[in-house]
Amino acid sequence: MRYVDEFRDHEAAVRYVRQINRITTREWTIMEVCGGQTHAILKSGIDQLIPGKINLLHGPGCPVCVTAVELIDRAIAIASKENVIFCSFGDMLRVPGSSKDLISVRAEGGDIRTVYAPTDTIRIAYENPDREVVFFGIGFETTAPANATLVYQARQMNLKNLSILMAQVLIPPAMEAILSAPGNNVMGFLAAGHVCSVVGYDDYEHIVSKYNVPIVVTGFEPLDILQGIYMTIAQLEEGRAEVENQYRRAVRREGNITAQKIMGEVFNVVDRRWRGLGLIEKSGLALIHKYAEFDAEIRFGVEQLTAEESTECISGLILQGKKKPYDCPVFGSLCTPEYPLGATMVSSEGACAAYYRYRKEGTESIKQSGGKERP
Amino acid sequence: MCLAVPGKIESIESDDALSRTGKVSFGGILKEVNLTLVPEASVGNYVLVHAGFAISTVNEEEASQTFEYLHQIEELGQSGESD
Repeated sequence: MRYVDEFRDHEAAVRYVRQINRITTREWTIMEVCGGQTHAILKSGIDQLIPGKINLLHGPGCPVCVTAVELIDRAIAIASKENVIFCSFGDMLRVPGSSKDLISVRAEGGDIRTVYAPTDTIRIAYENPDREVVFFGIGFETTAPANATLVYQARQMNLKNLSILMAQVLIPPAMEAILSAPGNNVMGFLAAGHVCSVVGYDDYEHIVSKYNVPIVVTGFEPLDILQGIYMTIAQLEEGRAEVENQYRRAVRREGNITAQKIMGEVFNVVDRRWRGLGLIEKSGLALIHKYAEFDAEIRFGVEQLTAEESTECISGLILQGKKKPYDCPVFGSLCTPEYPLGATMVSSEGACAAYYRYRKEGTESIKQSGGKERP
Repeated sequence: MCLAVPGKIESIESDDALSRTGKVSFGGILKEVNLTLVPEASVGNYVLVHAGFAISTVNEEEASQTFEYLHQIEELGQSGESD
């Protein structure tokens, strides 16, 4: 087993679909939380294979998409300063801020570099002792230990020219925000598997009991998602609401204790503003006081910026699961991956980008989707 | 963004507690990966790698449950039909 191709098997997928059909008696609306799952669903055509009675809503699980515009503007302000090397995951560079994006800063001469691992910036800082090196620390719980390790190692190495612009967000508070919003119609969740690999799934117990919704921790391959859908529908049909774990090969109830220790050493929980969802209490991570010297916002003293989003873009409603990309009047016309108006069209995990890519060019079959992603 | 890809640990290069690193094979392509967060993982294990860090060791016994579960629900369906 290589844990990729086996979970894309067409025959097993057809059998799962048959079983989902067998147990579905009425209409259900469930949300897959993670953008990676949204892409797998669109790419393999799961949304078209499952019974029409099941409505899949696409959740806010795309860190690039939910990063608030004012934080993008702050990144742009820092990246525009002389002597700064601004490092980021590639997806962030084309997300529109109020007036421009990071790519245009690069075009104007800014030194903006894409990195694969947060800790790659340590080498950049070490090799450029006369420059200020800043890392754009976005991500969910999955990325938090890597970002924490960057800060921890910077302290160990006594690197004075490295800092991080913190944009880390946490998933369970966003799920609660969606459930408590007026007009919510989410009846069950496929929870984001890799978030749970890190932090476990104990946090979901109180959401399940408070809102009476099933939550199934789910992986990212087509068979994982089909099994997750089956387990969620089975709970709904039986009138149960429990936390279940579909992704047992990668997720333990307690999560990864070593990862949680390094996160606890470096970060504390703060309120954070999300694009589309607004301010959510205790939904972000910031550096604790002991590591404040590595906080780019403090180091560069960027003033509070007021930000404006594109008026035509409905990505906020898409991130809340209230609209789908097809509901947007500018989808595919004024807004395309080449000229995106909102983050959900930019990110490789955004719902609009997924619809644009897979529904415009047709759907790949599950068997043909190969196993060639970059690690 | 939360993409994590399974790969097999081929070698452990540094076993320092703070910066445990190793070579991980992704279908034959070797990459250096930070293994600090998976102290239990050893050569031959599969790990899930995200942003250069292994975040979880794949539990090989649990991996077959997706297929066992399918058998179980199919049997459940058949016994339901014969009732």
